Amino acid sequence: MTDTNTQAAEPRASLWRRFWTPSARYALGTLLVAGFIIGVVFWGGFNWALEATNTEKFCTGCHEMKDNVFAEYKQTIHYQNHSGVRATCPDCHVPKDWEHKIIRKIQASKELWGHFITKSIWTKEKFEAKRIELATSEWKRMKATDSRECRNCHNFEFMDFTKQETRAAKKHQEAIDTKKTCIDCHQGIAHRLPEGGYEAYQKLSADMAPQGETEKLRAFASGLGKPVTQ
Amino acid sequence: MRKLMIFAAASAIAATLGIGAVVSEELTTLRGPSPNADVAVSDVAKQEVGNRFERAYRQQPPLIPHQIDRYQIDMRANQCLNCHDWSVAAKQGAPTLSMTHYLGRDGQQLDTVAGTRWFCNQCHVPQADAKELVENKFKPSSEVK
Repeated sequence: MTDTNTQAAEPRASLWRRFWTPSARYALGTLLVAGFIIGVVFWGGFNWALEATNTEKFCTGCHEMKDNVFAEYKQTIHYQNHSGVRATCPDCHVPKDWEHKIIRKIQASKELWGHFITKSIWTKEKFEAKRIELATSEWKRMKATDSRECRNCHNFEFMDFTKQETRAAKKHQEAIDTKKTCIDCHQGIAHRLPEGGYEAYQKLSADMAPQGETEKLRAFASGLGKPVTQ
Repeated sequence: MRKLMIFAAASAIAATLGIGAVVSEELTTLRGPSPNADVAVSDVAKQEVGNRFERAYRQQPPLIPHQIDRYQIDMRANQCLNCHDWSVAAKQGAPTLSMTHYLGRDGQQLDTVAGTRWFCNQCHVPQADAKELVENKFKPSSEVK
């Protein structure tokens, strides 16, 4: 029994040893140059793949995105507007910095699972049924990161309130004062809102509020649509 | 035989030409007016944001003094209510809905906006200093008496 074990382990051990033994066959230069070239190809290829999967064309390659969210998106201000500057899917849905980008990319493998295996939003009906869940998870991500992806382009520091509608300027000032984040008010700007979206956001907001604020917000949320008892 | 063939060919040509002539008389074009012709489009009236217009008559649904084109009003959501529903209006500093909008179709009091009043923009429109498309001599009753 012990004999068969050592025999099976033998080739693996020798491969390991060979990997770490200095090469007597190839020149150091050859190894370095080959390593460098292979490195460039791998790293370049990796980044190329990362970029290729970070385009609107790639996102709308699946019918789930193309027929639902992208079709809706086309009618919004971030797709078509007076200045012609526009945002594409990854601008809002994929973080720009490396660390968060990779994490989001890995999370996105669940979307492949949903597309190929469970077909979770394959039809319009399935998508509509799941819309509130999908929207809530995006709102949660936005709120947790203080709307980081919005702020890649929109910045309070450079926002001229005098050029905004009075109403908007007032609300934006209030948002700064009360430390609100973009998504707290701007839900449903790029895609249609699901039924019960407003209530779902109030609940999410209460759940995510820092300690102490929670009770206040929950009281506010539960008071919606009910007479105020005070 | 040869004569017959020539006759047949000649009559076929004549028939074709004849039909062609008829068609060209009846159908000049299928496309309607030329797409190159200038089409007069009146200027779109710019929405008046800020100052509130007065009502032109007592029962007029108040005009909306802000843009609404980015708000969703459909069977799933009504974003107007996020500010104008009675439960949040004070907090948001927005005028609340008229209480008539909380009456059901049988007159029962509701706590949420009545289904019959759901589509705000059926009556309320953003205000604009727009020139009337058709001449209009309307006067409110207060001016007529």
